[in-house]
Amino acid sequence: MIRTLVCLLAAAAVAALAVLPPALALMPDEILEDPALEARARALSKDLRCVVCQNESIDSSNADIARQMRLVVRERLVEGDNDQQVLDYLQARYGDYVLMKPPIKPETYLLWYGPAVVLVLGGLGAAVYLWRRPRAGAAPEPLSAEERARLRRLLDEEGA
Amino acid sequence: MIPELGHFALILALLVATVQTLVPLVGAHRGNPAWMAAGGPAALAQMLLVAVSFGALTYAYVVSDFTVANVVANSHSLKPMLYKVTGVWGNHEGSMLLWILILAVFGAAVALFGNNLPPSLKARVLGIQGLIGIGFISFTLFTSNPFERIFPPPLDGQDLNPLLQDPGLAFHPPMLYLGYVGFSVAFAFAIAALLEGKVDAAWARWVRPWTLAAWTFLTGGIALGSWWAYYELGWGGWWFWDPVENASFMPWLLGTALLHSAIVVEKRDTLKSWTILLAILTFSLSLLGTFIVRSGLLTSVHAFASDPDRGLYILAMLVVAIGGSLTLFAVRAPSLKGGGLFQPISREGGLVMNNLLLATATATILIGTLYPLILDALGGGLVTVGPPFFNLTFVPLMLPLVFVMGLGPLLAWKRADLPGVLSRLKVAAGVGLLAGLATLYVQNGGPVLAALAMGLAAWLFLAALTDLAEKVKLFRTPLADTWSRARGLPRSQYGTALAHAGLAIAIAGMVGSSAWKVEKISVMVPGETKQLSDYVFTFEGVERLPGPNYMSQTATFTVRDGDGRLIATMTPEKRVYPVAGMPTTEAAIHTRWLADLYAVIGDAEENGPGWTVRLYYEPLVPFLWLGSLVMMLGGLVSLSDRRLRVGAPRRKAAPLGPAVQPAE
Amino acid sequence: MRYLLYVLPLVIFLGAGVAFWWALDSGRDPSRLPSALIDQPVPEFDLPPVATVPVPGLATADLVDTGQVTLVNVFASWCVPCKAEHPILVRLTEREGVRLVGINYKDEPEDAARFLDDLGNPYARIGADPEGRASLDWGLTGVPETFVVDAEGKIRYRHVGPINPPEVESVILPIIEEARR
Repeated sequence: MIRTLVCLLAAAAVAALAVLPPALALMPDEILEDPALEARARALSKDLRCVVCQNESIDSSNADIARQMRLVVRERLVEGDNDQQVLDYLQARYGDYVLMKPPIKPETYLLWYGPAVVLVLGGLGAAVYLWRRPRAGAAPEPLSAEERARLRRLLDEEGA
Repeated sequence: MIPELGHFALILALLVATVQTLVPLVGAHRGNPAWMAAGGPAALAQMLLVAVSFGALTYAYVVSDFTVANVVANSHSLKPMLYKVTGVWGNHEGSMLLWILILAVFGAAVALFGNNLPPSLKARVLGIQGLIGIGFISFTLFTSNPFERIFPPPLDGQDLNPLLQDPGLAFHPPMLYLGYVGFSVAFAFAIAALLEGKVDAAWARWVRPWTLAAWTFLTGGIALGSWWAYYELGWGGWWFWDPVENASFMPWLLGTALLHSAIVVEKRDTLKSWTILLAILTFSLSLLGTFIVRSGLLTSVHAFASDPDRGLYILAMLVVAIGGSLTLFAVRAPSLKGGGLFQPISREGGLVMNNLLLATATATILIGTLYPLILDALGGGLVTVGPPFFNLTFVPLMLPLVFVMGLGPLLAWKRADLPGVLSRLKVAAGVGLLAGLATLYVQNGGPVLAALAMGLAAWLFLAALTDLAEKVKLFRTPLADTWSRARGLPRSQYGTALAHAGLAIAIAGMVGSSAWKVEKISVMVPGETKQLSDYVFTFEGVERLPGPNYMSQTATFTVRDGDGRLIATMTPEKRVYPVAGMPTTEAAIHTRWLADLYAVIGDAEENGPGWTVRLYYEPLVPFLWLGSLVMMLGGLVSLSDRRLRVGAPRRKAAPLGPAVQPAE
Repeated sequence: MRYLLYVLPLVIFLGAGVAFWWALDSGRDPSRLPSALIDQPVPEFDLPPVATVPVPGLATADLVDTGQVTLVNVFASWCVPCKAEHPILVRLTEREGVRLVGINYKDEPEDAARFLDDLGNPYARIGADPEGRASLDWGLTGVPETFVVDAEGKIRYRHVGPINPPEVESVILPIIEEARR
């Protein structure tokens, strides 16, 4: 059943393509006059996911809904929202998945702190490994005659 | 008839793979030389049979045999010959066959070039390779048979996805698979070593060339994929942190760690179980990549048409391969004892640091890639983990890594003189600092991270050169002496320096294109000009041109530099492939070596003479491709090292006590 | 203790394996998108009627404290699945007596009028959303989409894509029944 639904949705997308003029990512008519505001809009667009696309931000998506979302981002900015308010606005309507950078909350602690935990534990492990193992003596023992001969042979072999 | 021949050859290959698995493994277990020796011929036979099978499918594509369902779905009689051939692996079934072919070629290569391996080790390596072969051949035969016929045959095919009809993407999968599958050799060596219960310097020497080869190919595969995205997707991006990209990047990162830790095993006889674990995990991540792309588990722009049944089959294979090998690891690895005395500040210490950072980076990407899936599985709701997350977590891990990379090759084994090394690197440090400050000044308020990264790139590049200069005693002895030292220096030393320098170059490219890209999106009417950076673009107009299997709207731009000299004519296209019913954009790229000029044509105005035009100035992007090539060159040069090519000395000949090994 | 370290990779892998198995076996659709608006009041909006269609427009007030459950259907004449879904909407209003209102998404008034003339008009009210702006406040991801709004004006359910005949019995009617309570 889900499969049929996906197919039909795909059909809907195709139908939309055939009738509406296809939009290709950001269009010239969307761009704001104010360069500072436009720069903020671009940056925000990269942090918002196009809801019908696969892992694509609304900045690079060609989907109709992505264009709609880009327009809303600009509309909110023009009305004086700050960046966080714009993100909140869309998050309230679409949910967490609209944010390319998931919010930090108990469900995502593992995501956000996991890498740091891996680094710290790995670092501790490496430190224990490095410091608690037998060290090379401060003054290496002198080589025996036999070892010196082998060393010379090896160096010759390696051509160094 | 020929497709049936291919199908039959693949069935035979499955049988031969079974023989290749059972006979040598049992033989090695019982110490039966004749059984152990069976692995080599079986691997060769398997390769020949798979080659016949692959040849049969290729033939069906070349002659456009539309009685084969796979050809119907992915080819068309009007398609250019190049894409008929590359269409063989432009789909799920065919690409599985390519995967198997490459696996069989690697197996045959071990059989042919592994004459200096101890018989039991060779038998076990080939046996494990055979086992992987069984998994993939049976998967293909039972769930994804490319030789299935269709009746009645249609008059013509449905054409290959036009995005894939492209030279970059045509050769991206073979390179990628050469990398993925190449790591299967390191994996097989690791399992064989666990079965043997012995890991030593000789083992590490055998593993290194295979890992190096796989790494070189994977570097090329990833670079080709990025290059394709850069010029085909039409907005000059080259990396998206998409699950499928991550799937190829994780084995690369961990394979890089493996490459370095294997050096420690080889030279210092320590870090053994860690290296074994890396070998297992690197190939496991390659398998995971295959799983992600084909199971439809994660949403991705690149995914093949997904099928949960296939997904379950691959999952079962993953459980057997990864679960089995990790169980073996848990049982056997604790008994592997490492020797090798060294101080924390030493080459060994530097390589441990390298491994720590690379492994953490891999874990970070793994967590980020799988998190949406796992959270959903636990009922935690839906989240998207996108590029901002990866940029925030991955980049900070890379900065210290690049710093340590500069130091590493100059550190002595066992016990390094850090102040001494730093004083030898003062030029590199000075230039790095200067490059960072200059970047900060030139970009005038741009991202600080970009300046930091440029400084580190300069540092790494010069440190790699300093390393070579130190080793040949440049300017400190007469030039003739330097020359003879340079000629005598092992190739792997050049390989290291090249690979490190290549990364430095590539980093400059990454920074340039992410931090200083300039973009102009506008509606232009023919005759109009636009200034972008120091270049003036004139839009000359659009004409309709037919292609072999598509219709094109080709725009023409002339580009002049600041003095009004004509420097390029650029012709971006919009294409429609009527059979596949898909439009594509073909960007026009003119490289100035220090930067690319990039033009894309969009749609015509609905009522007016204007066209939507996207112009980009992409600074330093060519460095990205150059850097990747230099890295690959480093891999190849290192691979040609006499010590690796000749192979390791026989196990008996090299039981050097760790304490007497010379420091390099 | 040291031994545990060697078992750790296996444990992590098995955990991931279970998650994969669940993901494949549960028929989870990776492109499925839940609505953030479930159990939220309907968004603020006020849409004019579609010109040439003789039903009034649609605003928030028409959905709040109505005393009955309302289906809100977002449709467009250019959307093929909407056409497929239409008879089911008609049936829901005629046989089940459900109150149905529509949002006409990015459509030309003449096209919408022809669409409803051809297939019949089951909608009590239709708001015209030519820019698609109000639909975004509903968290729309594509057309068609259908929302179940309870008597107080809370969104209880969202259906993405066309409603199939079997889904009327298995999904839509039970939810309407529940929303009525």
